[in-house]
Amino acid sequence: MNTILECKSLTKNFSNLTALSNVNLALERGRIIGLLGPNGSGKTTLIKLINGLLVPNSGEILIDGKQPGTETKKIVSYLPEKTYLPEWMRVSQAIEFFSDFYEDFDQKKAYEMLERLHLDSKKRLKTLSKGTKEKIQLILVMSRKADLYCLDEPIGGVDPAARDYILNTIISNYNENATVIISTHLIADIENILDEVVFIKDGLLTLHTSVDDIRTKEGKSVDTLFREVFRC
Amino acid sequence: MKWELNSDRPVYVQLIEQIQAEIISGNYKPGDKLPSVRDLAAEATVNPNTMQKALSELERIGLLLTNRTSGRYITSDEQMIKKLKAESAKNQILEFIDKMHQLGFEPEETLNLFIEIVKSHKQD
Repeated sequence: MNTILECKSLTKNFSNLTALSNVNLALERGRIIGLLGPNGSGKTTLIKLINGLLVPNSGEILIDGKQPGTETKKIVSYLPEKTYLPEWMRVSQAIEFFSDFYEDFDQKKAYEMLERLHLDSKKRLKTLSKGTKEKIQLILVMSRKADLYCLDEPIGGVDPAARDYILNTIISNYNENATVIISTHLIADIENILDEVVFIKDGLLTLHTSVDDIRTKEGKSVDTLFREVFRC
Repeated sequence: MKWELNSDRPVYVQLIEQIQAEIISGNYKPGDKLPSVRDLAAEATVNPNTMQKALSELERIGLLLTNRTSGRYITSDEQMIKKLKAESAKNQILEFIDKMHQLGFEPEETLNLFIEIVKSHKQD
């Protein structure tokens, strides 16, 4: 019951490239977890497997004990790398859209967050900047009362001030029973909000530990450790 | 309050130190009610679990008290706060002596220099 995500010998190949190799991982509820690795290490592949957008070649992935499918999509809230909402939509229509799709979507919460960011819900998405669109996408994703949030590079495209707001949105909106996975390589910006980190390198899981452990045992930040482990 | 966290020490340890500093300096007064874990976490931009861990530790040593229905409070035990203040002063001084030692000063020399500087500082 306490494990929200479990991977058992999870392997994913793309023709002759091994994107993930024999990954064993169990994540508990109530945590914020950083999924960290250099470009092309397999972060997005893992997130896509969680969301059923890819199917493993071997091994198993379980969300709340179930294989990815309709039931797990009800409890997983996913922020992809790229926005997928149609450009012609108004922000309010995107909110309606999410509301129709997901039982756990809280419209009131979404509008409150829009207001805090002074965003006009009547605007069409195509009139908004890249960063603003990303904020809206994140608001939509965080307005669900999900059990597992998968955020793929949520802070990549926004300015540092908005980054703080986004981190605050994440920490103040997830519930104690839920787990948040944040994939990023901007470690220094997010490491203060992480409970645990998972390092992936060339498709292999190389480290899964708590941030406090890294700081206590190694006496260094996650960012510093990352730079050492993944030195080019 | 303003939170300053560096990244090479556990966050909860730093949170504990900073809340203690707020209590010692009197920014948080004995008996004051503390904001909720979530609000404090958002203010410091840290994980609520981490803030919870820091507050639990402060509770364990008795600096904070929890009332099940109405939240968390700073202890009203002024004796305890005084003791914390004295301890904190001692640590600062030990650290200072240590640093001076690294510069090559013996404790007596440090003391004399200290008195000298305090005197001339007063005259300014």
